[in-house]
Amino acid sequence: MTLTQTLLRSPLAAALTTPHGVDRYIELVAPMGVVDEVRAKIVSIHRETSAGAPVATLTLEPNRRWRGHQAGQYVQVGVEIDGRRRTRCFSVSSAESKPGDLITLTMRANPDGLVSRHLVEDARVGDVLFLSQAQGEFTIPNPLPASVLLISGGSGITPVMSILRTLLRRGYGGTIHFVHYAQSPDHQIYEAELRDLPPNVKVRLLYPECGDPAYTTEELRGLVPDHAELDTWACGPAGLIELVQETYADSDRLKVEYFKTSTKPASDVVAEGATSFAVSGKESANEGVPLLEQAEALGLSPEYGCRMGICMSCTSRKTEGTVRNVMTGAVSDEPDEDIQICVSAAVGDCTVQL
Amino acid sequence: MTIKLSPEQLEAFGQELDELRNRTMADLGQADADYLRSVIKAQRAFEGAGRALFYLPPAWPLAVAALSVSKILDNMEIGHNVMHGQYDWMGDPQLNSRMYEWDTVCPSEQWKYSHNYIHHTYTNILGKDRDIGYGILRMDKDQQWRPNHLLNPVNAFLLMVFFQWGVLLHDLEVEEIAAGRRTWGDTKHLHRGMIRKVRRQVLKDYVLFPLLTGPFAPLTLAGNVGANLMRNLWTFSIIFCGHFPAGVESFSIEETEGESRGGWYYRQMLGSANITGSPLFHIMSGNLSHQIEHHLFPDMPAARYPTIAPEVKAIADKYGLEYNSKSLSKQLGSVYVKIAKLALPDSMEDLRRGLRLPFLGRRKATPATPPTPTSDAAEVAATFPRVDVESAVQDADPGLVGAGV
Repeated sequence: MTLTQTLLRSPLAAALTTPHGVDRYIELVAPMGVVDEVRAKIVSIHRETSAGAPVATLTLEPNRRWRGHQAGQYVQVGVEIDGRRRTRCFSVSSAESKPGDLITLTMRANPDGLVSRHLVEDARVGDVLFLSQAQGEFTIPNPLPASVLLISGGSGITPVMSILRTLLRRGYGGTIHFVHYAQSPDHQIYEAELRDLPPNVKVRLLYPECGDPAYTTEELRGLVPDHAELDTWACGPAGLIELVQETYADSDRLKVEYFKTSTKPASDVVAEGATSFAVSGKESANEGVPLLEQAEALGLSPEYGCRMGICMSCTSRKTEGTVRNVMTGAVSDEPDEDIQICVSAAVGDCTVQL
Repeated sequence: MTIKLSPEQLEAFGQELDELRNRTMADLGQADADYLRSVIKAQRAFEGAGRALFYLPPAWPLAVAALSVSKILDNMEIGHNVMHGQYDWMGDPQLNSRMYEWDTVCPSEQWKYSHNYIHHTYTNILGKDRDIGYGILRMDKDQQWRPNHLLNPVNAFLLMVFFQWGVLLHDLEVEEIAAGRRTWGDTKHLHRGMIRKVRRQVLKDYVLFPLLTGPFAPLTLAGNVGANLMRNLWTFSIIFCGHFPAGVESFSIEETEGESRGGWYYRQMLGSANITGSPLFHIMSGNLSHQIEHHLFPDMPAARYPTIAPEVKAIADKYGLEYNSKSLSKQLGSVYVKIAKLALPDSMEDLRRGLRLPFLGRRKATPATPPTPTSDAAEVAATFPRVDVESAVQDADPGLVGAGV
């Protein structure tokens, strides 16, 4: 750590900049120079595919706070769109990193996805993104097994690619079976790189919509007869992952990573589904009443104040689902969103941190 | 205060304000975020300039001015408004009402409870809203006069000079402790937060920054005291002009029981007053110069208040309600007059009743007797039974104190 860094992170600097903290001053002159938060600058943008929703790989230069990542982990990426910070999880697609390394994220512009569309279509080289430290258990063990099986579907290829790249960079000599499903060759991400792999990587690229067999246990057995004895990593849409889980039953050989598909748009007039209060472990059916009342009916006592949506005493974190503001009728389905439970009613399956 | 609108009119009145609110909130976006960030940038620049100019003794007045501007912007246009949740929609953890901490000795957590919840929910309800005179001043005729109110002008002056400390101590409800209705032990949960915040603020302004300027330390110390003082005078003035000039109404607990949303809006509109001025004046007052708009829509970004003010005024006019908006000098003059006038009892009866009360009142207050019909207050009280402030506090919803802490 440089002297400047040491000084900026010292108790003296904290005391002089109280109550805001050093970063609130640094970020005004140098957004990447913050000393307590991870940020990353986009240093290049590369288009991956020629068909379907556009896919881009962003190469990022994290700031000094980045602690690196293990192959297969993801980061939370925050961007500001029309004044609002939106945060989503993306797997790191580059090989494992140390502090100071560049990393890459690859994402498809989901037509309904604010953040992925922004990153693919609007982000520019030089933009600074908010980043979390790397998270997730979809990682490879030490020591490595003699051979591995990687299964992915669509943009689920990204953490699997990180694992593949890491193994190759470490000079892994075992066999790597890699089975990937995509819509068509034109939708194939990392197409050039996948064509040019060393002989110990057995790649099977399958395009069920173009006539290739879709995933079944039998098909997998045909491709990789000893799959049940291999340490396996699978990432892709929920439908594919459920089938892979059936293949492996409860075997601890299998590690999976889903990507959340956006929750079904809930009807904004009829309350349906149920709300789970994650901290207390309780759950009840939605009846259109504010979540505060719903929680109290279950015997919970969340903090509250005005009970009319003005004082923010009851603000709680909604991690999943859609709520409607009973005062304004505004419907919101952002994941990991702070809501005022005294005026928010669930209109579909919801999870609240209460 | 008589409620002049019928329930049907109140409902229609509330719907018009709701419509205005929803329309404005739906329009929030990049421009609002950019505006707040530009104010923050300006505040940090003034702060930096202020701190730096103390190394240049001839520029001392400039340094104090810059630091004063920084503290005023921090407390009003940024801190007060962010802590109201006006910018929670941005999703920026640093500008979130739960996270933000301001450059003053009162911890944000405690202020948000007494301000956002108590004051903004029970605005101007005598016996519920502790911001009516902050427990030490007589700022409303319907507050029972007692001998200590003779000190109204002195107390108001002290509160003005030491305003940040007054805000800090507000939640202790010292007057309730003195009156024997609250014990020191009841305030225990507040002490740790207060001490920590005070220690940090004092260390920064009165120890570290002065020491860093070496030989100029005494000047820097004086300058920092000066900047805190300027901020105190300014915030006190803006806040008092928003709440206590002539014409601002107060309400009794009875008449606000079972209040509708329209009724709540009605109380907010008549319980606040605006100050006219230039755009710069509005920014420097945290847009609390639009106190009426703020009380109607406390979680709307304050920078929007000037834009919606004409519509709010039109709605007030339509329903024949007073929209109290005057210049700073007029409102301030009216506040000073009130502070002085209310130091004295309203009538001989008032005096006799007040004298029977102990100075701070350890005994339970005597029940209110009908006032003599000689003053405005009597007219008001004749329409609605007068609520004795002390017993009202005792009788207030017990959930009021405990809930939400």
